[in-house]
Amino acid sequence: MSTVTLNIDDRKVTIPAGTTVLEACRMNNIPIPTLCHDPELTNSGSCRLCVVEVEGMRSLSPSCVTVATQGMQVKTNTRRVKEARKTVLELLVANHPLDCMTCQKMGDCSLAQYAYEYGVKDDVYPGERRNVCLDDSNPFIVRDSNKCILCGKCVRVCEEVQGRSVLDFYQRGFESLVGPAFGSDLSQSDCVLCGSCVSVCPVGALTEKQMIGKGRPWEIKKVQTTCPFCGTGCSFDLNVKAGEVIGVTSNPEAPVNGRALCVKGRFGTDFIHSPNRLTAPLVKKDGEFVEVEWDEALDLVASKLRAIKSEYGADSIAALSSAHCTNEENYLMQKFMRAVIGTNNIDHCART
Amino acid sequence: MKSLLDACCERCTHTPEKPCQDYLFCRTEGPICHDDSSCQEKRKQFIEQKRAKTSGSKRILICAGTGCASLGAVSIVQALSDELEKHGLTDRVEVVPTGCHGFCEQGPTFIIEPEGTLYVKVSLEDIPEIINEEILNGKRIERLLTVNSTTLQTTTQFNTNSFFEKQERVVLKNCGFIDPKSIEDYIINDGYKGFVKAVQNLSSDEVIEEVKKSGLRGRGGAGFSTGLKWSFCRQAPGDKKYIICNADEGDPGAFMDRGVLEGDPHSVIEGMLIGAYAIGADEGYVYCRAEYPLAIQHLEVAIAQAEKIGLLGDNILNTGFNFRLEIRQGAGAFVCGEETALMASIEGKRGMPRVRPPFPAQSGLWGKPTNINNVETWSNLPHILRNGADWYGSFGTEKSKGTKIFALTGQVNNTGLVEVPMGTTLREIIFDIGGGIINNRKFKAVQIGGPSGGCLPEELLDLQVDYETLTKAGAMVGSGGLVIMDESTCMVDIARFFLNFSQSESCGKCTPCREGNKRMWEILDRIVKGQGEMEDLERLESLAMVVKDTSLCGLGQNSPNPILSSLKYFRGEFEAHIKDKKCPAHVCTALLTYFIEVDKCKKCGLCAKNCPVNCISGDKNNPYVIDSSKCINCGTCQDKCKFGAVIKQ
Ligand SMILES: Cc1cc2nc3c(=O)[nH]c(=O)nc-3n(C[C@H](O)[C@H](O)[C@H](O)COP(=O)(O)O)c2cc1C
Ligand code: SF4
Ligand code: SF4
Ligand code: SF4
Repeated sequence: MSTVTLNIDDRKVTIPAGTTVLEACRMNNIPIPTLCHDPELTNSGSCRLCVVEVEGMRSLSPSCVTVATQGMQVKTNTRRVKEARKTVLELLVANHPLDCMTCQKMGDCSLAQYAYEYGVKDDVYPGERRNVCLDDSNPFIVRDSNKCILCGKCVRVCEEVQGRSVLDFYQRGFESLVGPAFGSDLSQSDCVLCGSCVSVCPVGALTEKQMIGKGRPWEIKKVQTTCPFCGTGCSFDLNVKAGEVIGVTSNPEAPVNGRALCVKGRFGTDFIHSPNRLTAPLVKKDGEFVEVEWDEALDLVASKLRAIKSEYGADSIAALSSAHCTNEENYLMQKFMRAVIGTNNIDHCART
Repeated sequence: MKSLLDACCERCTHTPEKPCQDYLFCRTEGPICHDDSSCQEKRKQFIEQKRAKTSGSKRILICAGTGCASLGAVSIVQALSDELEKHGLTDRVEVVPTGCHGFCEQGPTFIIEPEGTLYVKVSLEDIPEIINEEILNGKRIERLLTVNSTTLQTTTQFNTNSFFEKQERVVLKNCGFIDPKSIEDYIINDGYKGFVKAVQNLSSDEVIEEVKKSGLRGRGGAGFSTGLKWSFCRQAPGDKKYIICNADEGDPGAFMDRGVLEGDPHSVIEGMLIGAYAIGADEGYVYCRAEYPLAIQHLEVAIAQAEKIGLLGDNILNTGFNFRLEIRQGAGAFVCGEETALMASIEGKRGMPRVRPPFPAQSGLWGKPTNINNVETWSNLPHILRNGADWYGSFGTEKSKGTKIFALTGQVNNTGLVEVPMGTTLREIIFDIGGGIINNRKFKAVQIGGPSGGCLPEELLDLQVDYETLTKAGAMVGSGGLVIMDESTCMVDIARFFLNFSQSESCGKCTPCREGNKRMWEILDRIVKGQGEMEDLERLESLAMVVKDTSLCGLGQNSPNPILSSLKYFRGEFEAHIKDKKCPAHVCTALLTYFIEVDKCKKCGLCAKNCPVNCISGDKNNPYVIDSSKCINCGTCQDKCKFGAVIKQ
């Protein structure tokens, strides 16, 4: 593999050819703030927070889209760079609600983090702030465009990963917004509520509705698990607070799915603590369901199956198993039907 | 033979499907494939008549461009044609609705050939006189003539008029002198000869060398070497390449490209043919704003004509070279003039710029190598190929060759389109050609380069107009808008005007431009309203520098220029607004006070009667007084007073 050597902040750094200056910095623990960059998405180079000084360039260069070249001289920490980044942050903060205390993203917000690091004050540019309606039209995602910093990550993830292209920029200038076509709500769009956009939003503009008010990042334990809904085997983090699952967040390390999930996996955890959930077998006695021990229930099933088989033959019995079960459980089910019951009448909800 | 394009006899074999390589040459100098003096004579006569060379015949060139059309030129063309018909003069007199003569201030304009008589501000009522005096009696109509502002003599011919005298019309050579809807007119005036020379006598690389040698630089704003840009696209790997003509022309006050497209659309097509051949492209687009319906219509007609005779399509002039051209209409977003946004728009996406590299020459339209040039750039090329790079290089300065068209607007006597060699001074353009400031008021500033340009003061009037000099002074050639301002203009207010344009046209993609332009506008707005503080100037300057330094595309990189140049040359005016709460030009309403001069007041009471908030008191015995605590500075009293007694300060 060919490499290039460049100079960053007077340090010699060797990296694979084709690496961007941003990646080169991050590989070498040189911090660069970014808001619109995401390693899994194309680069838009639009937030302009990652700018650095490259010798020979008239303007500051956005490091996320500048490919490192042999002998390049890069400075990430000059006054000019810091001043520019601080100004960009001041401009974003000047058009951002300052209700961080009650914002769901508190503690996990990139804008707040960088504003803190760069000592940004909120009174540098008094003037108009965006004031548009909340999109609360669906059960899972709250879209607060007033908090949106127009990084465009949601636009790109919806198009590039999810393939739906529900979101885009609309209007111009200070009036610019991100959302579904014609400024409509998510519920009126082709959105499948996969929540990929929520998983990439660096601020509190896109949040999981069910988690609002349920817990702060530092109170939450993340427990990685596999999704129980289908056989794809996506994994994600259960967000657990005080022993209770309050929701799901993507785990970028998930081997099968990365951060992508479907609406069921991401938002379908409400059954866990539902009072309607069955926790013991029920048997109908005198027209009423009655809670019984597992042994009694299984004995009943076995005797009924045996009776049916002896009277009508094995092929009068069929089984349909479920994607909710694990692979092993599904294997056992077909083994049971073929070897124990003696029929090939076995099917699965995910067969077609 | 009804048209020049028709065959002289049945020996001609040319069809668009089986084209003859000598077709164009044949139509003007022919026949080529056979010797026949009667065939030759037919052509000669035709051309002479077209050039109004036959004795007694006249051609009346009437500007019917957007400017003159809005002043009634279209009905004038119709009325004149009807009148000629009535007098049975149609054989002798041809009425030609042309593109813009450039003299927009004086429209509708007539140029009558062969003499070249210039008539201005012609109205329907003048038509009978034009027939009786000019056509039937050969007498000039004095009142429709112009006066040369240097010699103060009445001028009969257009080229002795001070507006035209100092111009060097290369790109605009045909504009206003041919019928833009007639490919014949274009061909008679050496049209398509540049292309024929390129495609038949030169290799692609030789064409690029010639263009490089000419020194032509992009007329769309940045002034990049056209030949060099072509060579990048030519060298880019790829079997499919595109070329694009940028006719988005979004700068407020600019209408050069509209003038060229309306007045000489074939020159753009010819330029693109030359470019396509040199670069190796077989498809092209003209991206034109939908607000230019006449330009689009003329271009559509021209494309159809060129297709019909096989100058567009497959195997053009039997050379094996193919080229097709299509028009795409833009919805009038300024940012769609930026090349990457423009290409996104052609692809049907939102017109938003993207980061470069990759440059269009590597990956442009639909990911293919693409070359994009401005209208004026394209229409320079036929002249370069026809007359040679050395000829072209004889105009202009060392680094800025050729001529440039400027749209002269604002408080100048002769608003319109002017074409001058690069290196002409601002003073020559504004005072010699433009005729100076309206009502002999004092010149204050010239805004050059539109919202990306800057405001230059009187001290810099002797600056040469070329790329480097203007950029150094804090302005830019830009696309060529020149807005002239007199002493009644407030520079803070003008900076605010341009910022308002930039902030509302920002595409919203990158933070500094979207948010920063808005905040700069807000600071200027506070200053204009008398709420500014001295720290605001520092903040404005430092924010402007960051927006310039960090924006993604040219819009944000240049939008602070009007502020920075105004702060450089007119800082005192900003300070007056902030420190003294005064607007020296008496423009900013919030900083004005109206009062009535006792000596001049005739106590008529007209002011008080018209004041919308009733804050003027007085009667027959007591002079009228304005209560400034209630006055809303609307200026009605000043407009109404017949004795000039109301003063604003
Ligand atoms: C905001 C913005 C608007 C622009 N508008 C135009 C335009 O209306 N017409 C144009 O020819 N170039 C425009 N340009 C410049 C183009 O991006 C491009 O540089 C030009 O078309 C190249 O042609 P040239 O080399 O012939 O000048 C604009 C650039 C920016 C940044
Ligand atoms: S939830 Fe999924 S489909 Fe809906 S907008 Fe977000 S990314 Fe697109
Ligand atoms: S909603 Fe979030 S991810 Fe989408 S553009 Fe706004 S800040 Fe970025
Ligand atoms: S500089 Fe302005 S117009 Fe250009 S990309 Fe950024 S926001 Fe859009």
